[in-house]
Amino acid sequence: SPALAEPLGLGREALPEEIAAWDVDVMPDGTGLPEGSGDVASGEGLFQEKCAACHGDFAEGLDNWPALAGGEDTLDHKDPVKTVGSYWPHLSTLWDYVHRSMPFGQAQILTPDETYAITAYILYSNYLVDEDFVLSDRNFSEIEMPNAGGFIVDDRPETEYPVFTAEPCMRDCKESVEITMHASVFDVTPTDPADKDK
Amino acid sequence: MSKFATTSRRGVLRAGLAAGALLPAASLSARAQDGPDPLITEVQDWARYTGAGVDETPYGLPIRFESDVIRRNVPWLTADPISSINFTPIHALDGTITPAGCAFERHHSGAIELAKPDYRLMINGLVDRPLVFTYADLERFPRQSGVYFCECAANSGMEWAGAQLNGSQFTHGMIHNMEYVGVPLKTLLAEAGIRPEGKWLYVEGADASSNGRSIPLEKALDDCMVAFKANGEALRKEHGYPVRLVVPGWEGNLWIKWLRRIEVTPGPVESREETSKYTDTLDNGISRKWTWVMDAKSVVTAPSPQVPVRHGKGPLVITGLAWSGRGAITRVDVSTDGGRNWRTARLAALGQRMAMTRFWLDHLWDGEEMLLQSRAMDETGYVQPTKDALREIRGENSVYHNNGIQTWWVRKDGSAENVEIS
Repeated sequence: SPALAEPLGLGREALPEEIAAWDVDVMPDGTGLPEGSGDVASGEGLFQEKCAACHGDFAEGLDNWPALAGGEDTLDHKDPVKTVGSYWPHLSTLWDYVHRSMPFGQAQILTPDETYAITAYILYSNYLVDEDFVLSDRNFSEIEMPNAGGFIVDDRPETEYPVFTAEPCMRDCKESVEITMHASVFDVTPTDPADKDK
Repeated sequence: MSKFATTSRRGVLRAGLAAGALLPAASLSARAQDGPDPLITEVQDWARYTGAGVDETPYGLPIRFESDVIRRNVPWLTADPISSINFTPIHALDGTITPAGCAFERHHSGAIELAKPDYRLMINGLVDRPLVFTYADLERFPRQSGVYFCECAANSGMEWAGAQLNGSQFTHGMIHNMEYVGVPLKTLLAEAGIRPEGKWLYVEGADASSNGRSIPLEKALDDCMVAFKANGEALRKEHGYPVRLVVPGWEGNLWIKWLRRIEVTPGPVESREETSKYTDTLDNGISRKWTWVMDAKSVVTAPSPQVPVRHGKGPLVITGLAWSGRGAITRVDVSTDGGRNWRTARLAALGQRMAMTRFWLDHLWDGEEMLLQSRAMDETGYVQPTKDALREIRGENSVYHNNGIQTWWVRKDGSAENVEIS
C-alpha cells in the first residue's frame, strides 16, 4: 500500500501450522468454519456435561450467569432479555465464541464436531431447529437468526451530533430544579471504612 | 488546654481531646486557631529522628495514609470477579495521569501472566507476507508516544435508569489516562504489506476470552498504536503486559490486551464482543452496532459523594475531568444550581486530542445546598448532553455510551449524593 512506509525486514514469515493454530475466527458467511457436524442429541449430552452448571439444563441461565435461550420479542421492553435466540444476529458468532472461549475457565477444549453439536443444541433450546437437526459446515449458512435484521450502524453523526452541537445556555436556563432520584434510595454502593477516616 | 485544630491523631491527644472526637468543621481551618499549635511549638518525631533509607523501597507504594485511594469493585454487577470490572479512584486523584497501580481493570477471563520471551504477535490474512514478531522485534521499530484516555463503553452504564451508585469512582471510574509508548500499528502493517482487498482488521488477545474485535482499516492506519510502555514503565499485567492495542478515542473494549494476532480481513468478523456485547439497544428494539467513539463527557470529582466538603463555607475548589473521543476538550462549564446558571471553569492545560483534561472552578461557597454539574465541550462544537436528552433519543436500554451530565447534591453539612434532577 502506498500510504505505508518501507518495510524494515523485522519479524519472520508465519508458518501454515502457526496460522492454522491461531486463526480460528469464523465470519458471518461461514468463512473459517472447519469441516464437521454435530446433532442436537449429542449436543444436549455435551451441554449437560460442560455447560449446564452455569447456563442451565435448557440454556436458560443459572443465577447471574448468561441465559443463552429465551427472551423472544423483549428487545423493545423495559428490561430486554438478550440471548442467542432473541438478540444475536449471526450463527457464526455462536460457533466461533463457543469454540474459542468456552467453557469459561477451560476454553479451547471443544473439537469442531463438539462445537457443531453444542451449537445445534443451543439452536434447539431457542426453538429454532427440530430435535433431529444436524448442523454441519455445509448447511451452516442456511440458518437465519431471528434478530439478524435488528442492527443498524452507529447513527450518532445523524441523530445526535447535530442536536448536541449548539452554543449552550449560560444564564437563567430553566425556571426551577427538583431532585427526582436519589442513589441512596437504592443503597447498593459498597462502603469502605477507610473513606470515613479521612 | 485549648482546642487545637489538627487532623493528626497524635496532635489530638496532645491537645487533650478525646481520641476520635468529632471536630467542628470550622476548626479544620487554620483561622480557627485560638492558641499555639503543638505541631509547630513542639518538636515532632520526624524533625528529630531519621526517616527511611534509600535501600528500603526498591519499588514503592503510596504512603499508608492514602490507603483509600484504591480500585474498588461492585460484586453485584457481574456473575463472578474473573469476567468483571473495577473502578479507578478518580474522586481522589488530580491532574490527568492515572497511576497505573489504581487504574481500572476490565477482564473477560482474568488478568493473565504472559512473559516477554513467550510473547508472539502474528499478522496474517490479506497481507503479502504473514509475519510473526517476538517482543524483541517490536522494540526495534520506530516508536511514537501519546497520552490517551481508555474509557470502558459501559462507564456510567448502571446509571441509565436513574441515580444508582454513590460516588464518581463508581459512576465514572471505568477510565484511565496514560502516556503510552509503542509502535504505530501502520508500521507493523507495512511490514506485512496489506493487499487491496483488505478493508478491516480483526484483533485479538492471548487470553482465553480473546476479546476479538473488528476495526476498519482507516482507523488502524490513522492513530492506533501497539503499546508496550505506559506512564514510563512496562504495562501492568492487568493492563495487557507485555503488549496492548491503543485505539485513541474509541471504546475501551477495542484496546485489546495481551495482543497476539492482527488479521487483515475483507469485512468485519462480527465477533461476540461486537454483536452480543458492545451493541446499544434503542427504545424500539433496534440496536446500534459499531458505536466505537466515546463522546465528550465530564464529571465533577470533588466535591462528590466520596469527597464531602469538610471545611465549611468560604473558598472551595470544584474540580473534575473532561474528555472526548472526537478531539480536544475546549471548554468545561460548571453549575452549582442544577444547570440554571453556568460558569466556565479553568482548564489546567490546553485540551489534548482524546486525552483527559483537568478543570478547576474556584468557588466561594455560601454554605447553602448546591446541585453540582459539569458540561464538557470539544473541538467539534459538541456539548455534553443531559441524561434526559440522551434518553429521549435512545431510551434506557443502551447499556453503553452514557455520557450524560452528572449531578451531585451537596447538602448544607457538606455531604454529597448522586441524584437526578428535573
